[in-house]
Amino acid sequence: MLVETAFKSGVWTEIIEVKDFVAQNITPYFGSHEFLQPPTSRTLHVWNICKQALAEERQRNGLRAVDTEVVSSMTAFKAGYIDKDFEVIVGLQTDELLKRAMKPFGGFKLVQRALAEHGLKPSKAITDYFERYAKTHNDGVFDVYTEEIKKFRTLGIITGLPDNYARGRIIGDYRRVALYGITRLIEAKKHDLATISGPMTDESIRLREEVAAQIKALEDMIFMGAIYGLDLSRPAENAREAVQWTYMAYLAAVKEQDGAAMSLGSVSSFLDIYIERDLQLGLITESEAQEYIDQFVMKLRMVRHLRMDSYNQIFAGDPTWVTESIGGMFIDGRTKVTKTSFRFLHTLYNLGPSPEPNITILWSTQLPQAFREYCAKVSIETSSIQYENDDVMRPSANCDDYGIACCVSMQELGKQIQFFGARTNLAKTLLLALNSGRCECTGTHMVQGIPYIEEPYLDYNTVLEYFKVAMHEVARVYNEAMNVIHYMHDKYYYEKAQMALIDTNPKINIAYGIAGLSIVADSLSAIKYAKVKPIRNEDGLTVDFKIEGDFPKFGNDDNRVDSIACEVVRMFNEELQKLPVYKNATSTMSVLTITSNVMYGKKTGATPDGRAKGVAFAPGANPMHGRDTKGLIASLNSVAKIDYETAKDGISNTVSMIPQSLGSTLEQRITNLVQLLDGYFSFDAQHLNVNVLDKQTLLDAMDYPELYPQLTIRVSGYAVNFVRLTREQQLEVITRSFHKHL
Amino acid sequence: METIRVHSIESFGTHDGPGIRMVVFLQGCNLRCVYCHNADTIPLQGGTDMTSDEIVSQAIRLKPYFGTQGGVTFSGGEPLVQAKQLIPVIEQLHVHNFHVAIDTNGTIQNSCTKEILQHHADLVLFDIKGIDTEHFKSITTHTLFEAHIESIRIREQACKPYWIRYVVVPGYTDAPHYIEALCNFVRPLTYLKKLQLLPYHSHGIHKWELMNMKYSLHDIEAPCESYMQTLYGIFSKFCKVEVG
Repeated sequence: MLVETAFKSGVWTEIIEVKDFVAQNITPYFGSHEFLQPPTSRTLHVWNICKQALAEERQRNGLRAVDTEVVSSMTAFKAGYIDKDFEVIVGLQTDELLKRAMKPFGGFKLVQRALAEHGLKPSKAITDYFERYAKTHNDGVFDVYTEEIKKFRTLGIITGLPDNYARGRIIGDYRRVALYGITRLIEAKKHDLATISGPMTDESIRLREEVAAQIKALEDMIFMGAIYGLDLSRPAENAREAVQWTYMAYLAAVKEQDGAAMSLGSVSSFLDIYIERDLQLGLITESEAQEYIDQFVMKLRMVRHLRMDSYNQIFAGDPTWVTESIGGMFIDGRTKVTKTSFRFLHTLYNLGPSPEPNITILWSTQLPQAFREYCAKVSIETSSIQYENDDVMRPSANCDDYGIACCVSMQELGKQIQFFGARTNLAKTLLLALNSGRCECTGTHMVQGIPYIEEPYLDYNTVLEYFKVAMHEVARVYNEAMNVIHYMHDKYYYEKAQMALIDTNPKINIAYGIAGLSIVADSLSAIKYAKVKPIRNEDGLTVDFKIEGDFPKFGNDDNRVDSIACEVVRMFNEELQKLPVYKNATSTMSVLTITSNVMYGKKTGATPDGRAKGVAFAPGANPMHGRDTKGLIASLNSVAKIDYETAKDGISNTVSMIPQSLGSTLEQRITNLVQLLDGYFSFDAQHLNVNVLDKQTLLDAMDYPELYPQLTIRVSGYAVNFVRLTREQQLEVITRSFHKHL
Repeated sequence: METIRVHSIESFGTHDGPGIRMVVFLQGCNLRCVYCHNADTIPLQGGTDMTSDEIVSQAIRLKPYFGTQGGVTFSGGEPLVQAKQLIPVIEQLHVHNFHVAIDTNGTIQNSCTKEILQHHADLVLFDIKGIDTEHFKSITTHTLFEAHIESIRIREQACKPYWIRYVVVPGYTDAPHYIEALCNFVRPLTYLKKLQLLPYHSHGIHKWELMNMKYSLHDIEAPCESYMQTLYGIFSKFCKVEVG
């Protein structure tokens, strides 16, 4: 098959531009889910082996197998299969299912620690090499970190940054391998390299080195394909190859890197073009089409990285964030929904619920109604998908070919990357303002220029003024840490395989974040509308707060406090915008915690909203548990007020409700959930995680985890197998507001 | 400015009328049903005074969620205890094109309640408490059975849609002759659009304790799903009405 003649040509035939190929050749689908097929016997056979392996992984304390001899790369392992004769899509990260691999360039000590936790260590040869000759990202960062940055890091103001794990968040345009074949991609990169000429500034030297590395990565990718008997040098010629080639490109990335979130992008409607062609030509049946997607998704579910236990505190449940964005609209008004959008969702029935891939629906009021209803049905029955507002993101970025990196971060595919920046603890930042710039737990002096508050009751304007000083200083240190991290990551652990599938010199944004927003908003509200008296210890540090009177709380659609939340986001974002960033990246910010809300809570003293020391924060932009007393919609409306333009890296909101609260019948529940999403997103909200679960099911799963291996629950921006959370995190999930008005 | 006493507002109601609804629980009830799950709404005093403007502006914030079906439901307590104050609130909601439902026990009769039943309410949800005088009294401690049936008649004669709701309390309301009588009662009704059989639940017990009131149904268990399905089946078969 000659790709150029098999499909409608366009700009994509001249230059590397998958977006144009999709726009020219897509077949939007407006029908229902009734065409979908059950899994084939081959799929079930392979999935049963996977389920057995997953059970073994749980039994072996989360590590089924690991290779301690080989440093992972695209070409390090021989071909791995689950059961070769039954696999229609092949390829594993290592030579064995659920066997993890070492990727020490992020930090060798971290690999050692992760192995030591299971009584293992890297081979002598590798240990010698990394201890004597090689330098890693983690080494580089800590060589350069200032004492101030280390202090902010240790005391929990900026914690969980990608300085001891790989940054991730970069989405390769994996579709390119299928559409163009790697030979063509190498030619394009060689052309780019030739155009980067003198004068040889830091910038052009660095870029030439990067592009050269990308070309080598593409050559390795061809070799990796050959290990599996696949000729990736040429374009995919049919649907099965398109799926296989795309998966190989992604596999290359996860063999090379162990970034925190390594997302897939938006491949379903791209793959649909090949599937639709093969169906039209009578080359395959619907059952085979579903089989490709089922087996592809199954492989994505098996992706693993070697992690330390402490990593689990910030990213619980061993997530990989293989985020696949589905749906959305073209700028020209057509929908991007295809039959393969349905086929991807259908894997949650054919293979059962699962946190990965992290299926993200790009929601629009214009999406075909049958698709919207199917999404709602899948949510109600699996709690495995999340929603993001295409009607807000598409116009804001003027872009209709994007994926979500990790949880909520929009990224234009193949043209833009992101520098991940975890988040800062804004609640603790507020406490700096109340403690003359000292850490409330240790008394360590962190920030200069904040006077001691003598008055018995806190004055709103004074607190706000000091809080601004604290935010200014925290933003400065945060920015310094981020610049160091990304400089070193590029230098020692460059994502050459992913970057090879992205335009040379892409747009970059740096993704800062905040945790503890609802606590800050409620604290300031208490200070403003009630009387708040700090209780101080002998060192003058706040240990508790006495609140006299009531005050409005975030989550009740009450502008008195919601406006404070919006203003805090705007102010901190503005502070960050002022600071210079490595590689001139654009600054963005998220209101997202992942599961670090528990860890941050532990590191934060009592706050003026009445929260006791050590209590978990609410996740993301959520109101604090139990304070949203007017029901779900009032709670949604509060979060929706946060202006996306002031937090363009995303605003995460997670809701849980019992099935009955959505209505009495499945039909009513579907209608009401669609309506709920439409309502929320009509206020320009950005993100919603939807859980439809009984609390009793979760309690049961805590006691009998073996009965609930696939119980999936959405946390902040991603999903986890509930039984893989720590007990503490499980309890935190259970104490959250469950909307259950009957 | 005239105000109405509101116990609380739920922004996401999906059971008190069609679609997604704002449910305004008004303070005060003239009955004291044994299974009441909102015992804290019974006292006539208390609650928060709200103006029509305040209620309407809250409803406007929720309107994008309502779609073509949803709207505002006044529940309680017994909303028609405050019928006079309720009329202008409904009128103002209608100015903004909200669908308004009233969830009532139908036992209060005066010119205002009649006006609401005949003209103002877009939908009425009648709670049938018992199917004869004695049964009614055993559930509500009151002798207003005739009045609450009369209200349904008024609505029927006004040719306006309504639902009937009946709480299934094992041993109290589900005896075969009660079920049969209810069947016979609803069969000839023309404007009855839906019959809701609500399974009893004990979620509201703690509210009785908070109110220092004695709860008499401690030993009653919620009816199971399959039992409820059986009852739905009976009504679907013998009455031509949607049962849910």
